[in-house]
Amino acid sequence: MADDKDVLRDVWFGRIPACFTLYPDEVTEREAEPFYLLLPRVSYLTLVTDKVKKHFLKVVKAEDVEEMWFEYEGTPLKWHYPIGVLFDLHASNTALPWNITVHFKHFPDRDLLRCSSSAVIEAHFMSTIKEADAFKHKGQVINDMQKKDHKQLWMGLQNDKFDQFWAMNRKLMEYPTEEGGFRYIPFRIYQTLSDRPFIQKLFRPVSSEGHALTLGDLLKEMFPAAICQDDDPKKYQVVIHGIEPLFETPIQWLSEHLSHPDNFLHICIVPAPSD
Amino acid sequence: MPSTLLWAVDVYGRVYSLSTAGQQWEQCRDAHLEFKRVTAALQCCWGIACDHNIYLCVHASEVPIRFREETYENQRWNPVDGFSDRLLPSDRWQWSDVTGLQHQLLDSFQPPSENWEWEADWYVDENFGGEPTEKGGWTYAIDFPATYTKDKKWNSCVRRRRWVRYRRYKSQDTWAKIPSEQTGSLPDPFNDISCGGWELTEEPRGRISLWAVSLQGRVWFRDGINHFNPEGSVWEEVSTPGEVVQISCGPADLLWGVLWEGHFLVREGISRDCPKGTTWVVVESPSPEAGAIHVAVGVNVVWAVTKDHKVWFRRGVNSHNPCGSGWIGMVGEMVMINVGLNDQVWGISCEDRAVHFRQGVTVSELSGKAWKAVSVPRDTERSHSSTSASSLQSAGCFFGGEVRLQSQDSETEKAATEGMPPSSEADEAPKKRIPKVTSDSFISELVSDREGQIGQRALTQAASIPEEESTEGDTEGKDKAVTNVLLSSSQSGQLDPQWSNVDLEEAQTHPTMGTGGDAADTCSLSSVATYNLGMEEPYGPDDHPLWAWVSGGGCCIDSHSQLPWFNSTGLASSMQAMSLSITPAQTAAWRKQIFEQLSERSKREMENFKHYEQAIEQSVWVKKGSMQWWRDWKPHKWLDVQFALEQFSGAEGNKDGILFIYYTFNDEKKYLHAFINEVTILVPVLNDSKHTFAIYTPERTKQRWPIRLAAATELEMYDWLALLSVSCCDSRGIQGPPSKQAIWSVTCKGDIFVSEPTPGLEASPYPTPCDQMFWRQVGGHLRIVECNSLGVVWGIGYDHTAWVHTGGYGGGFFQGLASSTDNIYTQTDVKSVYIYENQRWNPVTGYTNRGLPTDRYMWSDASGLQECTKSNTKPPSPHWTWVSDWVIDYGVPGGTDREGWQYAADFPASYHGHKTLKDFVRRRRWARKCKLTTTGPWQEVPPIPLSDVTILPCGPKTTVEQVPLWAISNKGDVLCRLGVSSLTPAGTSWLHVGTDQPFKSISIGGVYQVWAIARDGSAFYRGAVSSQNPAGDCWYHIPSPAAQKLKQVSVGRTSVYAVDENGNLWYRHGVTPSYPQGSSWEHISNNVRKVSVGPLDQVWIIADKVQGSHSLSCGTVCRRLGVQPLEPKGQSWDYGIGGGWDHITVRGNALEAPRIRMPSLTNTGNSRMTPHGSQPTEMNSNTVGC
Repeated sequence: MADDKDVLRDVWFGRIPACFTLYPDEVTEREAEPFYLLLPRVSYLTLVTDKVKKHFLKVVKAEDVEEMWFEYEGTPLKWHYPIGVLFDLHASNTALPWNITVHFKHFPDRDLLRCSSSAVIEAHFMSTIKEADAFKHKGQVINDMQKKDHKQLWMGLQNDKFDQFWAMNRKLMEYPTEEGGFRYIPFRIYQTLSDRPFIQKLFRPVSSEGHALTLGDLLKEMFPAAICQDDDPKKYQVVIHGIEPLFETPIQWLSEHLSHPDNFLHICIVPAPSD
Repeated sequence: MPSTLLWAVDVYGRVYSLSTAGQQWEQCRDAHLEFKRVTAALQCCWGIACDHNIYLCVHASEVPIRFREETYENQRWNPVDGFSDRLLPSDRWQWSDVTGLQHQLLDSFQPPSENWEWEADWYVDENFGGEPTEKGGWTYAIDFPATYTKDKKWNSCVRRRRWVRYRRYKSQDTWAKIPSEQTGSLPDPFNDISCGGWELTEEPRGRISLWAVSLQGRVWFRDGINHFNPEGSVWEEVSTPGEVVQISCGPADLLWGVLWEGHFLVREGISRDCPKGTTWVVVESPSPEAGAIHVAVGVNVVWAVTKDHKVWFRRGVNSHNPCGSGWIGMVGEMVMINVGLNDQVWGISCEDRAVHFRQGVTVSELSGKAWKAVSVPRDTERSHSSTSASSLQSAGCFFGGEVRLQSQDSETEKAATEGMPPSSEADEAPKKRIPKVTSDSFISELVSDREGQIGQRALTQAASIPEEESTEGDTEGKDKAVTNVLLSSSQSGQLDPQWSNVDLEEAQTHPTMGTGGDAADTCSLSSVATYNLGMEEPYGPDDHPLWAWVSGGGCCIDSHSQLPWFNSTGLASSMQAMSLSITPAQTAAWRKQIFEQLSERSKREMENFKHYEQAIEQSVWVKKGSMQWWRDWKPHKWLDVQFALEQFSGAEGNKDGILFIYYTFNDEKKYLHAFINEVTILVPVLNDSKHTFAIYTPERTKQRWPIRLAAATELEMYDWLALLSVSCCDSRGIQGPPSKQAIWSVTCKGDIFVSEPTPGLEASPYPTPCDQMFWRQVGGHLRIVECNSLGVVWGIGYDHTAWVHTGGYGGGFFQGLASSTDNIYTQTDVKSVYIYENQRWNPVTGYTNRGLPTDRYMWSDASGLQECTKSNTKPPSPHWTWVSDWVIDYGVPGGTDREGWQYAADFPASYHGHKTLKDFVRRRRWARKCKLTTTGPWQEVPPIPLSDVTILPCGPKTTVEQVPLWAISNKGDVLCRLGVSSLTPAGTSWLHVGTDQPFKSISIGGVYQVWAIARDGSAFYRGAVSSQNPAGDCWYHIPSPAAQKLKQVSVGRTSVYAVDENGNLWYRHGVTPSYPQGSSWEHISNNVRKVSVGPLDQVWIIADKVQGSHSLSCGTVCRRLGVQPLEPKGQSWDYGIGGGWDHITVRGNALEAPRIRMPSLTNTGNSRMTPHGSQPTEMNSNTVGC
């Protein structure tokens, strides 16, 4: 019988095969070969694409190089969303590898945040973790940690050290047994066709009557359209880490096991494939 | 840990108890009376029965309650008669108490009640102030009263001597009536009682305040209750300002009563000097409309119920302010409330009369959070006496001799079983045969401890059980049908339900038919019961018990306790057995689906893209810290060092690491290092002063000299141990729970280690050396662990509690990732620490604690080398805490006198329990219990404490439906566990196998050969044990090796090995299928402490005194080399991990190594070996048929 611990490993070691190609309009000295890479689902694009940059800089004229950014089928990819979320949101149900176009010019300032160094990613990551812990423990756990503990979380993610990360992250996943879960579940619901970046509200894992709430309960409140009626054809897929958990899955369990390293449960709602 | 009990009375007056580890209410043994009230303490329970008498049930304990009566014989000297009993008229009585004021003839002493019995006759106490007297124990003085000396002087005119006699409280584990004559001329019967006050003072031991209220509303206090006088001596009335209807006494100094008018009375001034208190204060009812009807107090809490069933909590109650400050209304409607230990609260709800537990009561939140109904089934009325056998206290006592009646029947039974045509047996695969009682002195009897829980499952099985003795079956009426071993009954489907759980008492009282059949009836009835056929109907929703009263005064729960009382629903009982392996959450569809989808996702997204580059390169990760290191060279001492672990990805993607120890020697910086993949074990060594652990590599094991490190704090030590352990496992690719083949071992500290055997471990001729085995720790604390290759693992704690492995891993200090999420439970263990009081005799003063200058400490350890006083002796490690006070240990080998002394000619020598002329020294042992609480993948198997256990060793691919498991209870009874399988490793119930004397060791071999060692050191072989007849039929005595007392036995596939008390290892010669008892013992080795023979006949031992290159180790794991089918005795020893090891079991390892064909030996060796190699198995499989 598999253990819940295995889920954490599976989530952490999830990889998306990606094929990076240079945007055809970029001026090159010679033809740019595509670059193939296994991207960690839980990491950030700009954190893991040094190799991509190095690869394409060999062929791009140095004077044309601005900040590197990525785009998939016309959509600029937000580096501050986890890679897995970007993939599930924009490219689930497409053929692998994931074809990502690399740009070095015309940075779309309206769509993307700039990312000048990994310090920016670290700041973003840590502030998200803090936000999540504010939901879960009024921020008490993360605030009780020392600077080096924060560093250990970040280094764990940066260097893909599962043990190092989880040795610390497990403290963020604790809760008093009698409460039956976190104070609020840190979650974000993403949709492809929406002006809002994502839905984020307060949601408790346990109902006032004391029973555990489920993914279905969450969706009913946040995005009722995702729950299809009995006879209707399925309109939406609810995807977390590339899988579709059953609606009766307890939301607390999901938060503990399927959250990203930033401690948020990122839920993507994508249109169901028409076939 | 012994679990504690919650007591309750249902509306019919039946008393039940519910163990904190149990999952069903068990009706109290011999509670033939109906009760209206119970009030419990840890050691006893008081009750008012419907005959208005007060009854007391004292839980049995290891040490009997003994009381010493004494009286003095006085004599005066006169010139004519010398000393005689003619005293002066002004003198005291000839027989008197110590003061001389009370006339006390020997005959005048009577046990205070019929619950006491004399232990022996009166005898003269020859001790005088710790010194022996001569001449019949006389002490002399000039006159009464005066100072007595033991020497007669010229002016000694009077003398006296003391006579003593012990009486023993005998009514333990049963309801003993408190004699009514003691209650004096009470004008009216008792209506309510409440006990408490045990936290007021420790002196005298076991003191309890018992308060009672009579029908007329008067309050009584029972005086003089303590350990040596459990019944107390006299009722004293305590005057009250009004008529009291109910009273509640807390564990400490709170005492509240309810007045008839609905107000409360609060007792003030209760203290250790004045347990009765001094004055009453009136507190108003919380609600002006509805007066109070009930109150319950704890240490710092008061709960009350008003006439409208509302529940109230009193704010601000404490020792200084017993009245508190105000009422808070609580949710819920209750008819009564009870506060138990740790201020935990129970109530009986108004609506459905269910017992509710108040959840979330903590020190900081005494009012708790919510009521939760205790939903466990009751054992049924009809099974009450067999269940009482399984209740904690009476577990062992039930194996009585009450069942002698079967003797004449045994022959017929045997004939019947033997007469079965073998062909019909072979037809049905899942067939079981009910064990028959086949020898008059060896009677099988049921001890079931999980009646209700197997109901469902057993019911479905019933249909598949083949009918036996069908010839007599349906013809002779219902009673007869029952005797015919269940089948006829389950087929006819009209079986009277009272038979399904037949116990012996009922069997005896049931009117039997005919004459010849009588004995047979009862006999097979007891057999029927062994299989728990589960005729009882499952508890329906309308079968809810209705409770009238609950008492938690003897129920120890704290805010961390996990109670098994809440999850079971009516029909869940059959699931219970499964829960050891699989929890409901694990089987949930959503969970399964996530697992499936994740693995699908991995396949989809990663499988075809493995050749892609990884985005993140693996790098080195270093953890550093400061520690102390026990340096390798002399003089050995602790050296401050820097410690670092560097982790990196190894060549094939697996993680690896190096340990560095940086130290300074002669101002020069140096370092020592060890590769993580070479580390074979990490052993925590906790003691008083240092938090140390040892790291072994194969090299260090050979040297018997590990790297010893000490961390600054315990926490730091466990951080490092957990991290190092994870690294070691990672580097070897080991994760998850131990495999079924795993080799388990236990250290002398009770730590549990497990090693995954490689196929090469038992390879021949070149096995993997056993110092290369990698051991990882599993949480928990055990003294013995036994397993087999089907993954059934049992352990026994120091307190003899039986535990079963849940299939998890980690626990203890392994937090987070190194531990499984489920299957980890709290585990406790209790053991005794012993110190010795030593005395030397000298002619002047007799025995005193003044020894010779060369003597040992007057308070010492067993060796006499360490001074151990009562005050300076600490528990073995910070994990242990004292749970008792020092008491004299009378159970020392060799026996003791009445005061626990053992005598010898000199230190150190062999001690005996009586004084002789040649004895100049004496000692006595004091024991103090300490307790450890940890976590681990273990679940308790209540209720019988065990001293040994053995599980059938199976071959690599054997499938056994029912895994034979035998055990010895700590009283020496032989038990056979029923219902054990890989899915239900805990089994269901015990079957008692009779013996003529207590046993101490047992082992079952690959073809069901059961060997056992009796306490007198001789061996026994159990005949005719098979899968169909799990209990066998009779014992064959096997003499021990000349002049040796055996102490342990282990049986592998065919080999039988035993260890004697002098450390000799013996091999049983001449064991053949036709003569499985063998012919003689052959000496193999000395210095052996324990032996474990595995399913491949591999022989592993714990050896004493193994010399390494640096040091000597005691308690070392060793393996016999050169064991082959034709050479089961092997040739030499291979030395593994140690010292400090106490137990090993290799009985799970059935991994046969691929045979290496040595080219040069092919012609000779192999051709000879192969046919013979398989022969013993074949021959032995015939044994089953014999």
